[in-house]
Amino acid sequence: MNTTWAPAEQPDNFAFDAESEAEIVNVLKKYPEERKASAVMPLLYIAQRQMGRVTGSAWIPLVAMDEIARRLEMAPIRVYEVASFYTMFNTKPIGRYHLQVCTTTPCWLRGSDAVTEACRKATGIHHFGETSADGLFTLTEVECLGACANAPILQVDDDYYEDMDGPRTEALIADLRAGRRPEAGPAINRMCSAPEGGRKTLLETSASSSDQK
Amino acid sequence: MVKVIVDGTPVDVPAGFSALQACEAAGKEIPRFCYHERLSVAGNCRMCLVEVARAPKPVASCGFPISEGMQIFTDTEVVRRARRAVMEFLLINHPLDCPICDQGGECDLQDQAYGYGSGISRYQEEKRAVTDKDLGPLVKTVMTRCIQCTRCVRFSTEVAGTPELGMVSRGENAEITTYVQKALTSELSGNLIDVCPVGALTAKPSAFHARSWEYKKTDSIDVMDALGTNIQIQARGGEVMRIVPRVNDEVNEEWLSDKGRFSVDGLKRRRLDQPWVRVHGKLHPATWQEAFVSLARRLEGVPGEKIGAIAGDLCDVESLCALKDFLNSLGSSNLDCRQDGAWYDLSARANYLFNSDIAGIDEADALLLVGVEPRREAPVLNARIRKRYLDAGRGGFPIASIGQFVSDPTYQVDILADGPDVLDKLEAGEHAFAEVLQKASRPMIVVGHSALTRQDAPAIYAACKQLAEKTGVVAEGWNGLNVLHTAVSRVGALDIGFVPGAHGCATASMLRGGVEILWLMGADELPIERISPETFVVYQGHHGDAAAKRADIILPGAAYTEKSGTYVNTAGRVQRAFRAVFAPGDAREDWRIIRAFSEVCGHTLPYNTLEELRARMADVNPVFAHVGHITKLPAPKVMAPQQKKDEDRSFMSAPFRSVIADYYQTNAISRASPTMAECSKVYSVPRAIAAE
Repeated sequence: MNTTWAPAEQPDNFAFDAESEAEIVNVLKKYPEERKASAVMPLLYIAQRQMGRVTGSAWIPLVAMDEIARRLEMAPIRVYEVASFYTMFNTKPIGRYHLQVCTTTPCWLRGSDAVTEACRKATGIHHFGETSADGLFTLTEVECLGACANAPILQVDDDYYEDMDGPRTEALIADLRAGRRPEAGPAINRMCSAPEGGRKTLLETSASSSDQK
Repeated sequence: MVKVIVDGTPVDVPAGFSALQACEAAGKEIPRFCYHERLSVAGNCRMCLVEVARAPKPVASCGFPISEGMQIFTDTEVVRRARRAVMEFLLINHPLDCPICDQGGECDLQDQAYGYGSGISRYQEEKRAVTDKDLGPLVKTVMTRCIQCTRCVRFSTEVAGTPELGMVSRGENAEITTYVQKALTSELSGNLIDVCPVGALTAKPSAFHARSWEYKKTDSIDVMDALGTNIQIQARGGEVMRIVPRVNDEVNEEWLSDKGRFSVDGLKRRRLDQPWVRVHGKLHPATWQEAFVSLARRLEGVPGEKIGAIAGDLCDVESLCALKDFLNSLGSSNLDCRQDGAWYDLSARANYLFNSDIAGIDEADALLLVGVEPRREAPVLNARIRKRYLDAGRGGFPIASIGQFVSDPTYQVDILADGPDVLDKLEAGEHAFAEVLQKASRPMIVVGHSALTRQDAPAIYAACKQLAEKTGVVAEGWNGLNVLHTAVSRVGALDIGFVPGAHGCATASMLRGGVEILWLMGADELPIERISPETFVVYQGHHGDAAAKRADIILPGAAYTEKSGTYVNTAGRVQRAFRAVFAPGDAREDWRIIRAFSEVCGHTLPYNTLEELRARMADVNPVFAHVGHITKLPAPKVMAPQQKKDEDRSFMSAPFRSVIADYYQTNAISRASPTMAECSKVYSVPRAIAAE
């Protein structure tokens, strides 16, 4: 029930790379100089993405949080508070692909158990929060992702894979393992959250409606 | 004023009050955990729910603003049920370990569960447990007991100015932590124990020692710094168990420094509990009679001007008055209370006081620190400066310092220079900060002992005074030229006139062999090794510290907890401390020792009781007649003649050096305290690195 806050292998140092620096400049422009602490969340994301880019594990080590605190002139503990509050910030190392299964009621009703099971089977992970032996996948249980119309959802890093089921999940993981990232979005024949197989209403065009007159 | 109706009773309260404050003004008790008068409002415990007319549901009164004619109900069925429900939730994860909890008996949760709780719990599931945190040698944690009111987070962030505690994670996993395991670096961390409403943060040194209802409580004054913090000594069976602050808004609000709180174990160690007499180069235990007789023999035939006395930092005014009267009766005026060699302009009382008073900081709008580091010299005063700094908002309270700081001051300070040279520039108006002082309506200068213990102290003080007069620091109705003392005895000693008389020796010349017999009244911070070998040293004090080793006769005195004493704080506020326990063994109250010895010598002092002695003190200086107040006197009558005017007004170029080498070890009591030694060990390392 306790947060295990300190993984053994914290890196000794962290510095933002050129790509991140360019992003930081843009972010800081949005806030007045004396309110720059507001940029803490964007900067945490930038740090997390940089870690993902550089090390293959998108997480925020302690030194990165300290560096953010230094830049934003805030107490380090305030950064730790923010980073630990949001589940989207990983304060522990994770696998290359972060599989986030939504198990809240709508997804669960639509078969998120099958998605979870498929994830387990395909990655060899036993429990939520674990990272697979090959270091490629971390499986996390998340609360409602806000895409219930397309339930069940499997979020991989920042992308939503929608309308999943067991076999599709296994196929997706196989793709990821092979280094391919399939296009995000509905896995079935529909556009966004429109009905399966195309539109069901408002089929009349303005031309056909004028014909009827 | 706004009129609100609390339970049918109309009360007028200032606009800006919260509903909770209005209820308190109406005499209604509102239970609360997260709300604290001196911290920001968090509103997360929900215990202070009240009903407000036309509000759809109970409101948390601590953060609810009042409005004209608002009707508040504090004791309706809705309120009672709401409180019961909140209490049930708070107790869900709170362990039932009151019997082994140090907070038991003085626990807000315990009291309020009893008063407002439902008496039963419907919770069947597992309780959560939280790992304890190591917050250093002073604060013990049992985090499972935490109800997450975040008072400690707000205290360390707002008052102490060391934002190290925070609430991390969320929901079920939320916990109070430093995140990285580290000891709190605040000199005020002991106050976390007081603000914590439950037993999550308790005192580590006194863990499992006693129950709160077993203590005999005595009001006293803290002697660890010159602030004169109001404290309550809590003793059990003749032993001081702990010290907690008392509320005094004019001095310490409700805070106490760690040294004042946790030095108590030093009162039980290295104590002098019987007289000692040096015979053939070796100290031998003796009875009072033997000690008195051998001292009287030694004094025989010694002319008065060959006898001198130096007062230490922890003395009460009573003992100093008695010692002064005694030495005067022997024909000596070799008296000095400035064992650190400090220089003061003794021509007026205002020249050595913190004239604006501690509470004056709340009004100040510019501050210049000259050779002073408030955080280490008076942590509670530093918190007051920080409070003003935060209240004033961005740039509202500009603070500058002449002299570097060893530790982070907890507010933004503009370091003007390392040494006093810059004062000339300020005085000439060539420095930007002179303008800041000039523009401010309540500017303040604080001169500290890093400046006053230097050779060029007269020049520095004169420059500060001129600057003060020029920039309106001293004006009609406002005197912001302040001296921050480091010793609790100093102002009282100066007030009683414990300074060299017309032809008397000061500390330095007494040490050099200017006197044949040197009476050290608890003076341990002297360069003992400089005392001339021929000098016969009498040490009267309570701890076997540096000076006792050199002494030829040791007269065991009482520590501040063991005597009724008068102390004058740095602002000139005369305060009384009461005796909490008896001194160990044969040790006696200091003034009684002198009174008894004066009779042996045949110069019997004219007072037999404490009241008579205090009447004598008031006679010497009328300020002592007004306890608890600051008496402003135009010209006190016992001022030593002004020391030879140092016409040479040149500064030394050397930078100011901190007068406190180690905050946790500044006097005989704290040096004897294992807790303070532990603190010193834990905290000195990072500080040393930070200073580099």
